[in-house]
Amino acid sequence: MGKEAFGLAAKDNSGVLSTFHFSRRETGEKDVRFKVLFCGICHSDLHMIKNEWGISTYPLVPGHEIVGVVTEVGSKVTKFKTGDKVGVGCMVGSCGSCDSCTEGLENYCPKSIQTYGFKYYDDTITYGGYSDNMVCDEGFIIRMPDNLPLDAAAPLLCAGITVYSPLKYHGLDKPGMHIGVVGLGGLGHVAVKFAKAMGLKVTVISTSDSKRDEAINRLGADAFVVSRDQKQIKDAMRTLDGIINTVSATHSLLPLLGLLKPKGKLVMVGAPEKPLELPVMPLIFERKMVMGSMIGGIKETQEMVDMAGKHNITADIELISADYVNTAMERLEKADVRYRFVIDVANTLKPTP
Amino acid sequence: MAKSPETEHPNKAFGWAAKDKSGVLSPFHFSRRDNGDNDVTVKILYCGVCHTDLHTIKNDWGFSYYPVVPGHEIVGIATKVGKNVTKFREGDRVGVGVITGSCQSCESCNQDLENYCPQMSFTYNSIGSDGTKTYGGYSESIVVDQRFVLQFPEGLPSDSGAPLLCAGITVYSPMKYYGMTEPGKHLGVAGLGGLGHVAVKIGKAFGLKVTVISSSPSKEDEAINRLGADSFLVSSDSQKMKAAIGTMDYIIDTVSAVHALFPLLGLLKVNGKLVTLGLPEKPLELPIFPLVLGRKMVGGSDIGGMKETQEMLEFCAKHNITADIELIKMDEINTAMERLAKSDVRYRFVIDVANSLSPP
Repeated sequence: MGKEAFGLAAKDNSGVLSTFHFSRRETGEKDVRFKVLFCGICHSDLHMIKNEWGISTYPLVPGHEIVGVVTEVGSKVTKFKTGDKVGVGCMVGSCGSCDSCTEGLENYCPKSIQTYGFKYYDDTITYGGYSDNMVCDEGFIIRMPDNLPLDAAAPLLCAGITVYSPLKYHGLDKPGMHIGVVGLGGLGHVAVKFAKAMGLKVTVISTSDSKRDEAINRLGADAFVVSRDQKQIKDAMRTLDGIINTVSATHSLLPLLGLLKPKGKLVMVGAPEKPLELPVMPLIFERKMVMGSMIGGIKETQEMVDMAGKHNITADIELISADYVNTAMERLEKADVRYRFVIDVANTLKPTP
Repeated sequence: MAKSPETEHPNKAFGWAAKDKSGVLSPFHFSRRDNGDNDVTVKILYCGVCHTDLHTIKNDWGFSYYPVVPGHEIVGIATKVGKNVTKFREGDRVGVGVITGSCQSCESCNQDLENYCPQMSFTYNSIGSDGTKTYGGYSESIVVDQRFVLQFPEGLPSDSGAPLLCAGITVYSPMKYYGMTEPGKHLGVAGLGGLGHVAVKIGKAFGLKVTVISSSPSKEDEAINRLGADSFLVSSDSQKMKAAIGTMDYIIDTVSAVHALFPLLGLLKVNGKLVTLGLPEKPLELPIFPLVLGRKMVGGSDIGGMKETQEMLEFCAKHNITADIELIKMDEINTAMERLAKSDVRYRFVIDVANSLSPP
């Protein structure tokens, strides 16, 4: 029953990935089926294979930065056809009728279904993109621009939308504005690229000086501040309209709040597990705000990918073969990647180990 | 030689001051400046007792300069106006709130946001534009630049209207700024004290559904039957709190003690906004997951600009919004402060200054 598929799955919370055979549903009337070419490795995949959030069920096939070529479409599909270059990000379903869904914000739907490890409408568990083929409802498929290399574009489907959405929603996308990006990893480096494409001035804030050269000379950031250097922080006080904070480790918000202009916005897109200390005075006396954001809706994701196509924005990736994935996870844990691993699925994922 | 409070200005003044961080208030002789060309001299009728007064007399925040004459919810009569003063005449009923000075030329001041001017000075315990210390409304009269004087609307009583000058603007300003005024939306008010009870009244006047979130079950009857709140949540009732998850569009958090934000954030719908107004001594703990998963926001606010404060007074006059007060005599102030420290007041003390403050 269903169609055969194979991929890489974690079988327990050791997080070690190994070959896994399973089946995916037949292509339904609203479904799009595609051959997976590449899949990005998101830090969430690492959290999930190790069950760090306590919600994982095994076997778990991760991967929610998936790109490929359409092989089959259901009878009621109108927007895609065989041969199209498409992608799937973090969601494959939602209720379709709540306030969030109606506003195109499926990501905030309380019944949204994530691309892997979640229960689908047919009671099966969703399996992600570390696999040879994907089938997905048309409403959650993203068209990939022709001009973008698919491997380097794959991470846009999670990292890209995660930083694009809050820049737009919080009005931090006006040319001439000055934003900060905290943390230069998968999310951070893409944030710098989108912000520059929007015409913003960008300061990267990092705990060490080691990424300064990259940030300024390769990624195009305008300035670089080491957060542990009191003088650098002091010189940059009250200069930023907004900050995109990608750091998910516990850290201090006080110096970051100090960098904001009055009424500035600190947007958390990394999610530390433990609460952070919130100094209240900067909020009260300077009307600064702290807010969160999580990926984006489908319409917005398409808009983001189209913008990336227009401005040639892709992620900086290290393309790996499927059998390197466990080593990649170990390196990811130590943030040893500039800046996203992408699995060359079509060329290296084999049905037998 | 440094001038004493009594001699630094030409006009004798009298009030009650705290002389040290015991916070005990007692009669105090000082002086006030002459009424300048831009000034209005106000004979003080009433002055509200704000929790900030208590924090300041006890030096809770570490920047009190004794002697401190508190009081920034002042209503009185203009007895003198300087020759450049256009907005007020002698005999007008006027108000003075939390600030009495700013640079009047920066970006914030030009946007009528004097409260965010880096050179803003407070009505008391501050260095004013003339370089001398400011003394507040627990006194017979005060001299204030016209920019910082408010017209007290007809129909707004002087005694129960006085607390609006701080409590009122402190809740009104963020409700406007953060867009918490859409009729039919659901506002949570955490903490039912001086700020909270005014927030309920203003929320209802904006056409919002209002739920009070409080740690005191005893305030439920008042909240619903007298203040007009639609519902009441006891914050320690975990069942009821759970049932209310994801139901509120906005929360005004007036609680000034250290408290948990997690349960309040849970009450917000997706895109919900929580504005914190209290100034706890230690930082609060901010859980990030609820912000990220629900695109929620935590912001703060601090009083409001002068234009906005005037707008708030007109709004309250129109909707018959006043504070619930307990009128006290000047010499009852120390007992009032002790009761305020225990939140034993429904919901603001107001000093009947004109009738009870008498110099020896």
